[in-house]
Amino acid sequence: MIRIALKMLFGDRAKYVMLISGITFATLLMAQGMSLFCGLMTWTFSTLRNVSAPVWVADPMVEQVGDNLPLRDTDTDRVRSVEGVAWAVPLYQGNLQARLADGTSKLVTLVGLDAATLIGAPADLLAGRIDDLRMPNTVILDEYGVERFSAGRERPIGVGDVFEINDREARIVAICRVHRSFTGGPYVFTTYDRATQYAPNVRKMLSYVLASPRDGVSAEVLARRITGETGLRAFTESELMWSTIWWYIRNTGIPINVGTIVIIGFIIGAAISGQTFYSFVLENTRHFAALRAMGASSGELSAMLLVQALVVGFIGFGVGLGAVAFLGTNLLRLGRVPFLMLWQVPAIVAGAVMLIVMISAALGINRIARLEPAIVFR
Amino acid sequence: MANHGIRVSGVDKSFGRGEARTTVLKHTDFGAETGRLTMLVGPSGCGKTTLLSIIAGTLQADGGEIEVLGQRLDRMGANAVARFRARHLGFIFQQFNLIPTLTALENVSVPLLIQKVDYRVAEQKARDALAWVGIADHADFRPAKMSGGQQQRVAIARALVHDPPVILCDEPTSSLDSENGRMVMGLLRRAAERPDRVVLVVTHDNRTYGFADRMAEMEDGRIHRVLETQQEIQRHHPVGV
Ligand SMILES: Nc1ncnc2c1ncn2[C@@H]1O[C@H](COP(=O)(O)OP(=O)(O)O)[C@@H](O)[C@H]1O
Ligand SMILES: [Mg+2]
Repeated sequence: MIRIALKMLFGDRAKYVMLISGITFATLLMAQGMSLFCGLMTWTFSTLRNVSAPVWVADPMVEQVGDNLPLRDTDTDRVRSVEGVAWAVPLYQGNLQARLADGTSKLVTLVGLDAATLIGAPADLLAGRIDDLRMPNTVILDEYGVERFSAGRERPIGVGDVFEINDREARIVAICRVHRSFTGGPYVFTTYDRATQYAPNVRKMLSYVLASPRDGVSAEVLARRITGETGLRAFTESELMWSTIWWYIRNTGIPINVGTIVIIGFIIGAAISGQTFYSFVLENTRHFAALRAMGASSGELSAMLLVQALVVGFIGFGVGLGAVAFLGTNLLRLGRVPFLMLWQVPAIVAGAVMLIVMISAALGINRIARLEPAIVFR
Repeated sequence: MANHGIRVSGVDKSFGRGEARTTVLKHTDFGAETGRLTMLVGPSGCGKTTLLSIIAGTLQADGGEIEVLGQRLDRMGANAVARFRARHLGFIFQQFNLIPTLTALENVSVPLLIQKVDYRVAEQKARDALAWVGIADHADFRPAKMSGGQQQRVAIARALVHDPPVILCDEPTSSLDSENGRMVMGLLRRAAERPDRVVLVVTHDNRTYGFADRMAEMEDGRIHRVLETQQEIQRHHPVGV
């Protein structure tokens, strides 16, 4: 009977294509929306990914990695004096205007690293050397910066070229590849001391103290200890990541916008598929009634409908997910589009599609259950 | 199971309620035996299809006894009746009721598939049944590609494929021209030749009366006369074939 059910489904090509498209469309919207959301969320903590450290110590009011509530310079030493700290270094982070040779200005995210250790320096260099950062007035620019700064130039900006930050010379000694920032400004890496000179003169400059636990001490334990002893707020890397993500979820319209896309996808998919499936069932009412008259039980008819709906859901989901993956990878190759398909995305979308399919099948089964098999004689 | 044919006694059936209530069957008695082709005839609207549906167990009577092959359908549950239908009954409808997306062969296999017969076995039996009705060469055609006569032959093959002891037909010829009507009745006659089989044909197509062994005349929800031989039928219905 399953074979018969499939033949009935595939035999009506127009309906079948329509049914699949409904699910495909729903899958597409939902998966694309969620991947966009995940992608955007990873952008929010790019600094965290680009400058990696086990423990991040900040002002008690800091909630997300982009917050800039400076600490006192002496706070680095206070963190160092906490039992279990292997090392602790200062980090500057700020958004500043870079002025190019042609006079135009671009917003950049300036990161100042501890000069002695260069802890947090980008690992993936496309050109130049990290150690050259120890020379005067030097910076490392990310490849996105190269793209942004090269507009209107004869040849792209590169190692040896200069620009200005706050009227001070910044000479590029290396080009790196890092995760892009949420705001879209290129990352510029330099030493902590030089960053404080580039930055407009304010009294306090220290954004974070980065710390690492000694062997045998976990990052969590150390973070709790630093918080307790210094009154500062210490995060492990994943705590700061989640704190950042939640901050964006609470304080921006991203979840609402993306949630709307996902819900619209679900509703449209459910409407198209449910409606088409129901009309498929209506059109086949007579045939289901004939099957019933010939002795098929309601259980068997329900199983037929369920198989039909599941097959439609399965194919539609597959096509939709394939389209999103294709779209996603190509968008990613094109450039800076937020897209990250975590395994949870297909899992959640599969659940939603399953729900749509079950609703559609339930509508049909309900219709068939109320069927008078005697109608076949009419 | 000993084959007792069909026996219906004191069956009532009404539709609707209140003002709109119409009583279709009024304490109706009816019977059909094995080895004969019984026709149930009568003017349109007199309740033939209603009676047939009740015998088939697709419609529930308000009261009375319905016995098919010695089994009391009125005492069975819905699933038991469905199983009974699947095993023992073959149907031929006025609207052929073939599934348009299936080939002739697949349509004919359906009653066997409902009984969970293996697909290959079902297909072979379906082929044999199509050969029996004389359209083996149309096995892979879909209904839309066949004439009305061919479609009804497929429907007959479907009704016979599982070799049921009871075959119920409702106006099997009324969508067909007279030549195809005769061909269909000829097939039903042959199907009725088996001594343990009941063939009941509901019709008001007097061109087919010549194929009957026995005729029950219905009027206004009751059987008012039964003609027991072809001679009697011809005497009362001289327009026949
Ligand atoms: N489901 C139904 N609801 C209401 N009235 C019905 C229904 N089925 C049949 N009838 C009525 O019962 C009467 C007999 O119908 P039917 O058995 O189809 O007659 P026949 O087959 O002899 O032409 C008709 O008046 C018809 O309108
Ligand atoms: Mg009728």
